[in-house]
Amino acid sequence: MNPLKGSLRPVAGFAGAAVLLFAVAPLALTDFRLGLLAKYLCTAMVAVGICLAWGRGGLLTLGQGVFFGLGGYAMAMHLKIADAGPGNLPDFMQLYGTATELPWWWRPFANPAFALAATVLLPMAVAALLGLFVFRRRVKGAYFAILSQALAAAFAIWLIGQQATTGGTNGLTDIQGFFGYDLDDPVNQRTVYFIIAAALLALIALARQLIHSRYGELLVAVRDSEERVRFLGYDPANVKLVAYVVAAGMAGLAGALFVPAVGIISPAMIGIVPSIEFVIGAAVGGRASLVGAVLGAIGVVWAKTALSEEFPAAWTYFQGLLFIVALAFLPGGLASLAGMLRRRRARQRKATVVAVGEAA
Amino acid sequence: MSGLEIRRLRVSFDGFTAVDGVDLDVRPGDLRFLIGPNGAGKTTLVDAVTGLVKAEGSVRFDGEELLGRSVHRIARSGIGRTFQTATVFEELTVLQNLDIAAGAGRSMWTMLRRRKDVPESVVRALETIGLTDLADSPAGTLAHGQKQWLEIGMLLVQDVRLLLLDEPVAGMSHDEREATGALLRRISEERTVVVIEHDMDFMRSFARSVSVLHAGRLLSEGTVAEVQADPKVQEVYLGHAAATEDATVVQEA
Repeated sequence: MNPLKGSLRPVAGFAGAAVLLFAVAPLALTDFRLGLLAKYLCTAMVAVGICLAWGRGGLLTLGQGVFFGLGGYAMAMHLKIADAGPGNLPDFMQLYGTATELPWWWRPFANPAFALAATVLLPMAVAALLGLFVFRRRVKGAYFAILSQALAAAFAIWLIGQQATTGGTNGLTDIQGFFGYDLDDPVNQRTVYFIIAAALLALIALARQLIHSRYGELLVAVRDSEERVRFLGYDPANVKLVAYVVAAGMAGLAGALFVPAVGIISPAMIGIVPSIEFVIGAAVGGRASLVGAVLGAIGVVWAKTALSEEFPAAWTYFQGLLFIVALAFLPGGLASLAGMLRRRRARQRKATVVAVGEAA
Repeated sequence: MSGLEIRRLRVSFDGFTAVDGVDLDVRPGDLRFLIGPNGAGKTTLVDAVTGLVKAEGSVRFDGEELLGRSVHRIARSGIGRTFQTATVFEELTVLQNLDIAAGAGRSMWTMLRRRKDVPESVVRALETIGLTDLADSPAGTLAHGQKQWLEIGMLLVQDVRLLLLDEPVAGMSHDEREATGALLRRISEERTVVVIEHDMDFMRSFARSVSVLHAGRLLSEGTVAEVQADPKVQEVYLGHAAATEDATVVQEA
């Protein structure tokens, strides 16, 4: 391969994506559609982490909703406190609660710096704790996936049970402002979109660096033969832990930015079903390929919005089918189609050359 | 005293004793072959030394006790092994395989950056195992023998002082065997090498010393000639009805 071409291609890819996200999309889409795209891009941010942890590290992260939710709730708690104004309780607490002041675990989130840091660091800390426990004990494969699912379910159920302090099933709704800016204003909504687009590109760049680093090579080695890596003097638990924690941080940031884009975070957005949906996008697009995972995630949530408007009942089945078909017949996702076509063409060319050579 | 010192090593699984009180000494510079019928406990012994299975007794290498340490810590103290079926990272290139093997002590900062140049030790290992031309091919596309060499190459860049090789020439052609034997001879000049092998011709050609295991116990030990002359060894191989081939091989020499 031409080395120059190899180094220019990602730069061109980033430039193209930036033009699409920052110029074409805002011009071509209505405010409503741009708002939807902002939401899709948040899902794509989760997919970047899934690409790293699952595609590269082999960790089937079926519980990313937990980290998405931690980030989302951390952000929403701050915004609710800010909306209520100093000295007042958030609206739902006045409605359902008996408390006259903020619960102790809400109070630090009044500080914007704490809340912002928590959106990323809290999910990472939870993932680190969980990962340490799980990977050290060599829990892997389906057991790890089931454990992640159970965690997502438990977190959603806990949130629903705490009506007075978390808003219960409704979640934290009707968020008005974003660090002093009114979210009803279309201009501010656009700014939120731009922040999300920039964050997505930054996460892709970060994941790309990790994937192409020595660590990225080691991560693939752990995925393919964990035992062998151990005999080379590495502790695979630590290698997996890094990917898992980074993926959790990415999901947390996505959740945090989802809140101003949509104005709500609720248990329905972070439980078992959304957790599986995060993974489906990456699986369909190609979990080992960053571009594939990101486009797959955007494509699947887009299809969900488009199709579930028309056929609300059929969508769930279609989605399930999509997941199974992708995993069974195209484990590399749509991204692997390009490589397969290229190889087939190369083989045909070779066959032609051989045939010509024999004829001569 | 340096080298590998094993004392009263015992490994049992659910009441079945696979290795039953083995004493074994291998000096640096030795090329020791570990032979014995199937189920003699050869692989289990290597598993115990490398921390894969729990064992009682004592295993010291260059004076350090290994039993009770975790697998990756034992690997870091300079002990490497290969497996009966070559296990390389199929989706990574030959170069990446070797680079990973060379890097257990790397700092976080080095790990998070791209591999800019090829480490000196990797270049040397590529030459030693004769895979320089295939450095950028995925390891999964290598021929069987080449995978085995790549595994040995990985042990070399890992800079282990003790190599434990489990049937390194199984499935190799005659020429590949000769090449592997010559390679092991070269390697064993500065490192301790222990080879588990069923191939008696290969053993006769390259072993400096031989230990025979049978039913979890050490049966005989010495040079190739001494071991072959040992009536106990002949009996084990003769008594093994299915392995008459082995027996004639042992007797022939």
